[in-house]
Amino acid sequence: MLSLKNISYKVDGKEILKDITFDFELGKNYVITGANGCGKSTLAKIIMGILPATSGRIFFDGKDITNLDITARANLGIAYAMQQPVKFKGLNAKKILEYATKSNIQTKNACEYLSKVGLCARDYEKRDLDNTLSGGELKRIEIASVLARNATVNVFDEPEAGIDIWSFNGLVNIFNKSLTTNNMNIIISHQEKLFKMADEIILISDGEIKLHGKPETVLPAINNFNTCSKLEVNE
Amino acid sequence: MKTIDERLLETVADLHGVPQGAYNIRKNGKLLDRKCEAGINITSKTDKPGIDIRIDAGIKNKSVHIPVIVTEDELNDLVYNDFYIGKDADVLIVAGCGLHAEGAGNSHDGIHEFFLEENARVRYVEKHYAEGKEDLDKVLNPQTILHLSKNSTFVMETAQLGGVTYSKRYTVADLKEGANLQIKESILTEFNQKAITEFVVDLNGENGKVNVVSRSVAKGNSEQKFISQISGNAKCFGHVECDAIIIDNGRVTSTPALTNLSPDAELSHEAYLGKIAGEQLIKLQTLGLSKPEAEKAILDGFLK
Repeated sequence: MLSLKNISYKVDGKEILKDITFDFELGKNYVITGANGCGKSTLAKIIMGILPATSGRIFFDGKDITNLDITARANLGIAYAMQQPVKFKGLNAKKILEYATKSNIQTKNACEYLSKVGLCARDYEKRDLDNTLSGGELKRIEIASVLARNATVNVFDEPEAGIDIWSFNGLVNIFNKSLTTNNMNIIISHQEKLFKMADEIILISDGEIKLHGKPETVLPAINNFNTCSKLEVNE
Repeated sequence: MKTIDERLLETVADLHGVPQGAYNIRKNGKLLDRKCEAGINITSKTDKPGIDIRIDAGIKNKSVHIPVIVTEDELNDLVYNDFYIGKDADVLIVAGCGLHAEGAGNSHDGIHEFFLEENARVRYVEKHYAEGKEDLDKVLNPQTILHLSKNSTFVMETAQLGGVTYSKRYTVADLKEGANLQIKESILTEFNQKAITEFVVDLNGENGKVNVVSRSVAKGNSEQKFISQISGNAKCFGHVECDAIIIDNGRVTSTPALTNLSPDAELSHEAYLGKIAGEQLIKLQTLGLSKPEAEKAILDGFLK
């Protein structure tokens, strides 16, 4: 469904990603992991079109999307949850959900999306996405805005970062419940609890895919590839 | 097809036809229509142009619309409106001015003075807008002078929606004990427009409170100046926020000044001037908005 063919990314002469080739299939939860600075987030941004690949091609359902911009990719069916949610003075959760769903939504619809991330719509739909919200609240609204898009490819860049007491169980539930035979989740993560729910884990190290496969085969070997720095596995 | 008058009234006072409640509509320096209500009296001044609006004590959940439109070329309309708000009253006042200039420039100077008695509460909504030939002067100089008695509240929402080539707005307030002043201002300038806005607030009583939030968007070669002077003469609280988004070569100067005339005054300000954050555009693009749509969404939200 989503195919990366020989994707490389260089910045200031430094190779961040080297010749990445991978086919992502529908109906699966993928977790991409690796030490900090190994190119995971870069790969997520290249899929969304936020960064251009230095070389290589990307295909979505057989269509070459390498030269499409962010908007065109979004409208084809790629969604992206940022690692650091953006703050907006003057835009509230309801407005963001309206843009995400391309419709004027009512409170009960806002409730449907926000309750998936453990928030009560009445408390949040009218609150601006600014400094009055905590990092955890902003992160949950960010995830809700991606779920609301009902996209084919959902990319989550470190969804656990900054998530508060609501806990990883909530996140695991989201990824399991949102998955259908017509979509996929690509999750960039350091979190071992998320590894276990993955259908497939992809380990990136030194800008290359070193291992991929089911958790039970990848996890035992994962610590042999900590070439950038020690892989952070948080309990 | 709407007439110019209908469009101006709709834009500056959200009016679709005749407003509910009391109103006074002024067009080209003359009274167009007026309606009073029980407890709300509107009379023309005899010594100078303008009206006196008297709201009796205890009047609640009522509205007064007093829009002004200027469509005549070369007309410089000056008006003095005084508002006397009785004890415990709670009203909505919708002002605003729309200018339309085709052959020559025009202007409106609205000088509004409010006297709030104890415990009175006013929500004051004021929108300014101009249209017509871009190179003609369309000038607005609104002044709002506020006298807030003990425990009274004044909530002011003021917006300059575009098209105004020059504006100098001046808002001055004195607050007695427990009085509360909340101001939200939005100003949009483009082309070669200039806008100056100045606030002078004196907190003269215990537990007086003022919060000024000014948001501006300066596009093209337009210029804006924001000046605020907040003085606290007692145990009181004051906060000023000035945020501006700069597009093209817009220029904004923000000068917030605070003076504590009492050691118990608690005063603060924050200001930020800058372009639209790239991350904000990216986020909205990932939701499927084009770059121009994303920019518009950010500016509309910011100025709302």
